[in-house]
Amino acid sequence: MIPLAHYLILGAVLFAVGMFGVLTRRNAIGILISIEIMLGAVNLNLVAFSRFVETSTLNGQVFAVFVMTVAAGEAAVGLALILALYRNTRAVFADRFNVLKW
Amino acid sequence: MSDIEFLNAPLVFKMLAALALLFAVLSVTLRNVFHCALALAAMFILLSGVFVLLDADFLAVVQVLIYVGAVVILMIFAIVLTEKITSETVRQTNQLLVPGFLVCVATLAGALYVLTRVPWPSGSPAAQKETIKLVGTQLLSTHLEAFEVASVLLLAALVGAVFLGKEITRR
Repeated sequence: MIPLAHYLILGAVLFAVGMFGVLTRRNAIGILISIEIMLGAVNLNLVAFSRFVETSTLNGQVFAVFVMTVAAGEAAVGLALILALYRNTRAVFADRFNVLKW
Repeated sequence: MSDIEFLNAPLVFKMLAALALLFAVLSVTLRNVFHCALALAAMFILLSGVFVLLDADFLAVVQVLIYVGAVVILMIFAIVLTEKITSETVRQTNQLLVPGFLVCVATLAGALYVLTRVPWPSGSPAAQKETIKLVGTQLLSTHLEAFEVASVLLLAALVGAVFLGKEITRR
């Protein structure tokens, strides 16, 4: 049986990798990809806790379902925003998206 | 655990974790964003394997359906709609490469410091047999309000994505 800490360590490492991508990517779609990695790591933690701490209610898995729902909505709206910005600025790089400043 | 007892579970976990980590690193470091999206799909498939090891079979299936089937496809559509895929001359990282790496290492070190010192419950309780049934019951009884709010959120995201993605005709 794999101990709980191993799952949590995997989740922490994946979260750090996703955070590195969010901080260093220039491409806005790349930033969204990194955010999805971070959300996946959080899901892994939630499912691991629901397996090891409280198995009778499965609250962690239900929370993971909600996280997936929000992640799907976030990806749809984020990519639509990137497409709209691309139409205005002809760029997908986050440091070129300065149209909100004046 | 009963169905996969014949597998060497720690070994399978180590392989899944190593491959998921490899694909996660690839999907944040590769230059070509299209390859990044494909690596993201591979990472989510491997992560659903980890979910199977955690007896969360419903979530494993839903993860593949939603992430690999919908989110990654949506990202690939956005990638092919925006830019020519291989732009080798353009820099893909911003100026925060070294500070971002240091911040991530510090966060990871802090998380690991806490993780290795907390006395987690060592024994594992008996696995839930019918996760789909229990998750459905919980969604529609205990978490009913959140379920309804999530449906409204999805509707708002749908309408917002259609509105933002629509070509705006200027007069």
